[in-house]
Amino acid sequence: MQRRLKIGVLYSRVRVEEKWIFAAMEKRGIDYERLDDRAISFDLENPEPWRAFDAVLERSISYTSGLYALRLLNSFGVPTVNTALVAEICGDKVTTSAMLAQASVPQPRNVVAFTPEAALEAIEVFGYPVVLKPVVGSWGRLLAKINDKDAAEAVLEHKATLGSVQHSVFYIQEFIEKPGRDIRAIVIGDRVLTAMYRKSEHWITNTARGGEGELCPITPEIEEICLKATAAVGGGVLAVDLIEHTERGYLVNEINHTMEFHTMQPVSGIDIAGEIIEYVINVAKVKMQNAE
Amino acid sequence: MSAITCPECEAQVELEAGTEVGEILVCSDCGVDLEVIALEPAAVQLAPMEQEDWGE
Repeated sequence: MQRRLKIGVLYSRVRVEEKWIFAAMEKRGIDYERLDDRAISFDLENPEPWRAFDAVLERSISYTSGLYALRLLNSFGVPTVNTALVAEICGDKVTTSAMLAQASVPQPRNVVAFTPEAALEAIEVFGYPVVLKPVVGSWGRLLAKINDKDAAEAVLEHKATLGSVQHSVFYIQEFIEKPGRDIRAIVIGDRVLTAMYRKSEHWITNTARGGEGELCPITPEIEEICLKATAAVGGGVLAVDLIEHTERGYLVNEINHTMEFHTMQPVSGIDIAGEIIEYVINVAKVKMQNAE
Repeated sequence: MSAITCPECEAQVELEAGTEVGEILVCSDCGVDLEVIALEPAAVQLAPMEQEDWGE
């Protein structure tokens, strides 16, 4: 008789997504443990307690804590959703863009520089307006739409002076006039589950910044670009953000590896939490079968 | 249904049924984020402030 799977869920706070995930675990009678990332520690000479988990689902609110936990768990041989490699790629906009470029996935034009002087030179080639983004960040935080050279010089100086060293990695992106919305698609494994328009009058369309959700039909074009994009970053449980360009079609803006879905689940009517759990169970079963 | 006292403004905040440890509440009076740290009896503390690496 196959023993019962044991799943860990790494979290920081219980958002509505985590409540749904815990409920989905309980509904399936899964033996799971809640792992508060503020309370745990990893003894590198004693990985055995962690190896008791057949898989760990990472739901940390902190990219840093989540990433380091994934690295350690994977180094212990514990499968995770998502993997540390996927988190590393998706959590950093430069790395994401590099992998998308390598796979010829359509995306906005991006240039990276390490000093305000080199960044300004690159920005002047782009022309105005242009967008500056922190390489690590979420929820529409610290994005800058730069409309002229004065603004470019000021923002670059502020980032270099006031920010951490990471803010001196200048991620410069062409500004794309969106049709008052962008698209978020949920991709689990090789399936595009659902997609939503995020509508906003503001150029930043994150729902964290007030963007409103409306169901978006999954066309063959949307499905194709989403699957190509997620394959480029390693696949898993991912949220792909798309921009609609009037001439170039769909462009991948970014990919999120610890997605929130408190708007998408009710808007779509799809049990996204349940789908995530099924994916995690499959990952755990593969590990268990390989161990036998 | 249990209630807690907001540590910031001392308002009484009702906890909805199904509230879990680790959940974030918003004080209805002062708007501060509170984290539920215990149930039965219910206890809260000020929730950690958003950090630069938080998100998806």
